[in-house]
Amino acid sequence: MNTKLIFTIAKSLLVARWRQTLVAAIGVTFSIAMFITLLGFMTGLNDLLDGLILNRTPHIKLYNELKANPNQPIDISDKFKNHYNFIHSVKPSGTRAEIYNYGAIIDALKNDKRVFGVAPKLVAQVFYNVGAIDVTGVINGIDVEAENKLFYFQDYVTAGKFIDLKNTPNSIILGKGLADKMLANIGDVVQVTTPKGDRIQLKVVGYFQSGLQDFDKTQSYSSLTTAQKLLGKPSNYVTDIQIKLTDMTLAPLVGQEYAKVFNLDAEDIQTANSQFETGSAVRSIISYAVGITLLVVAGFGIYNILNMMIYEKMDSIAILKATGFSGKDVNIIFISIALTIGFFGGLAGLISGFSLSVVIDNVPFNTAALPTIKTYPINYNPKFYVIGIIFSLITTYFAGLFPARKASKIDPVVIIRGKIK
Amino acid sequence: MSIVLQAKGISKNFHDPITIQVLKDVSFEINRGEFVSVIGKSGCGKSTLLYILSTMDTDYEGDLFIDGVAMRNKKEGELALVRNEKIGFVFQFHYLLNEFSVLRNVMLPGLKLGKHTEQEVEHRAMEKLRVLGIDNEAHKMANQLSGGQKQRVAIARALINDPLIIMGDEPTGNLDKKNSQIVFDIFNELAHEFKQTLLIVTHDNEFAQSTDRIIEMEDGRIISM
Repeated sequence: MNTKLIFTIAKSLLVARWRQTLVAAIGVTFSIAMFITLLGFMTGLNDLLDGLILNRTPHIKLYNELKANPNQPIDISDKFKNHYNFIHSVKPSGTRAEIYNYGAIIDALKNDKRVFGVAPKLVAQVFYNVGAIDVTGVINGIDVEAENKLFYFQDYVTAGKFIDLKNTPNSIILGKGLADKMLANIGDVVQVTTPKGDRIQLKVVGYFQSGLQDFDKTQSYSSLTTAQKLLGKPSNYVTDIQIKLTDMTLAPLVGQEYAKVFNLDAEDIQTANSQFETGSAVRSIISYAVGITLLVVAGFGIYNILNMMIYEKMDSIAILKATGFSGKDVNIIFISIALTIGFFGGLAGLISGFSLSVVIDNVPFNTAALPTIKTYPINYNPKFYVIGIIFSLITTYFAGLFPARKASKIDPVVIIRGKIK
Repeated sequence: MSIVLQAKGISKNFHDPITIQVLKDVSFEINRGEFVSVIGKSGCGKSTLLYILSTMDTDYEGDLFIDGVAMRNKKEGELALVRNEKIGFVFQFHYLLNEFSVLRNVMLPGLKLGKHTEQEVEHRAMEKLRVLGIDNEAHKMANQLSGGQKQRVAIARALINDPLIIMGDEPTGNLDKKNSQIVFDIFNELAHEFKQTLLIVTHDNEFAQSTDRIIEMEDGRIISM
C-alpha cells in the first residue's frame, strides 16, 4: 500500500517535470545506445579479424614432425645404462611425413564426442612453371567437403566454384596473388613440377583469397586424390589431420592426449596463435572503458536534474514531511525517480543501440583483403544488452543516491517558515 | 477531561548569528475538544512554539507529550507517524501539491496512514470536502483553485485521518476578509459540532476573541492563558 503510494507520488513528480525527465532519459539513452553500438561493432570487428586466422586454423593439427629419433641405440644398450651418453650431430632419419594408419585414426577421432569434425590434408611442395621461370609454392590436397565444413573454404573462393575441385579431375584452385603472377585465368591449364621432377598439368577451376597476401602468393588447393597423384603416392597418403573441437579451449589438453595415443605430434591453436587472444582482450577492454565513461557522464546529468528537481520541489517535500511522510519515504521517492529514468532511458538505449547496429551492419564495406565481407561486421551478443541495462540502473541509482539523501534531510520547518518571512 | 497535548518547560535557543533564547520555560496543556488560540506580537516565539509542538522541530529543551506519549527520543520516522496519525496541519500558505488533483491532495495523508483501503480513503476525503463545501472542485488540479478554496482543501487534508489535534499557523494570514471569515467559521464548526481540538497561532485579535481560550505570549514566555 505504502510502496504503491510512494510510486504514485514519484510518477506524478516525474510527469509534472516531463521535459527535464526526458532530457535526463535521453542522456541515458544516448550513452547506452553508444555502449551497445560500440561494443557490437568492436566485437564484430574482433570476431572478423580473429576469424581470419581462427576459422582457417584447426584446433589441433596432428602430423609427423621432422626430428631425430629420441630412442638412440646407445640408450637401449645395457652396457651404457648407468652412463651419461653424449651424442653429437644426430640427424633425423627414416621419419615418414605421412601419417601411418590414418584411416583408423580418423575413425577413432570421429567417435570422440569432443571432436566437431576432422579433415585430412596433404601438403606438397611444388614449383609452378611460369614460362621459363619456376615459382616455389605449396599445393594443399584437401578433402573438399570436410574442408568446407570445418574451415568455410567456399567463403575464400572468390572466383569459380569450390566444389569443382572435387568434381573435375586434376584441377586446382590458385591463390589470387599466384594466379596474377602466373597470368592464369579460370579454365586455363597450369603446369607444376614436383620435387621429384615429375611434371603435371592441372586445370584452374577457381581463385581463392584468404586476406593474407603472402599466403595467396604461394598457396593453392587441389583435391586429396590429385595431390596424391601429383606426388605418386597411394590413396592412404596424408600428412596432416586437422581437427576442430566443439570446445576450442580444450585444444591443448586434447592435443597432448592424441599425441600420446596416436604417437604423432600435435599442435594446438592456442600455442600457434596466442597473439590473437591478447589483441581481442585489449580491444574489448577499450570498448568497455569508453561505454562506461559515457554512462558515468549520463549519471552526472541525472544527478544535476534530480538536484534541480529537489530545489524546485522543496515545498512539496516539506509538506509531505509535515503530513507524515518520513525522510525514508522521501528518499525512496527520489531513488525511484532516478531508477525510472535509468530503466526507461536504458530500454530506449537498447532499442536505439540495436537499430544503430543494424544500420552499421548494412553499411557497405569492401576490401580486397576480406573477400567474404560486404558490410561492416556487428556482433549482436545479448550479453552486451544485459550489461547495458544493468549498468544504466546502477549508474542512475548512484546518481539518485545523493540528491535523494539531500531531499530526505530537508527540514520542513526551515522551508515552511522561510516562506512566511 | 483528557489532556491531548502537554508542554513541560519548553525552551529553545537560536544560535545563528548570536544565541537568543526564543522560548523560555513554556508549559501548558490542551484538553480534548478545546479551541485554543495563541496570540502575541511578531517575533514573540509563537510560531516557533507551534513547530515544536508539531514535532517537526526537535531542537528544544523540555518535554512534550502528545496523547500522553513523550515525544523526546523518538526517531524521525516515528515522529512522522505521529504527525501523520495525530496531527492535522494548516499553514499560512496552502501548500498543496500541484502535481495532484484536489481529491488526491486530501487523500495523501490517509493513504500514507494505510488504515483504510483506497476506496474508503477516497470516500472519506469526499466527505470532508463536502463538509467544507468544496466537493465540486474535487477533480480539479490543486493550482486551479482560488486562495480561499485552497485553504479549505488544506483543512480537509488536515482532517482526513481524524487527528487528535489540528494546528494552524496563521491559517487566515494570507486570506482576504471574506475568506478569513469562511475559514474561521469552519474552525468554529469543527470545534463545536465535531468536538475537534484546535490550536491556532494568529495575530488577528478579533479571531482570537471568539475562541475558547487564548494563550498570550511575549518575549518567549506565556503571559496569560
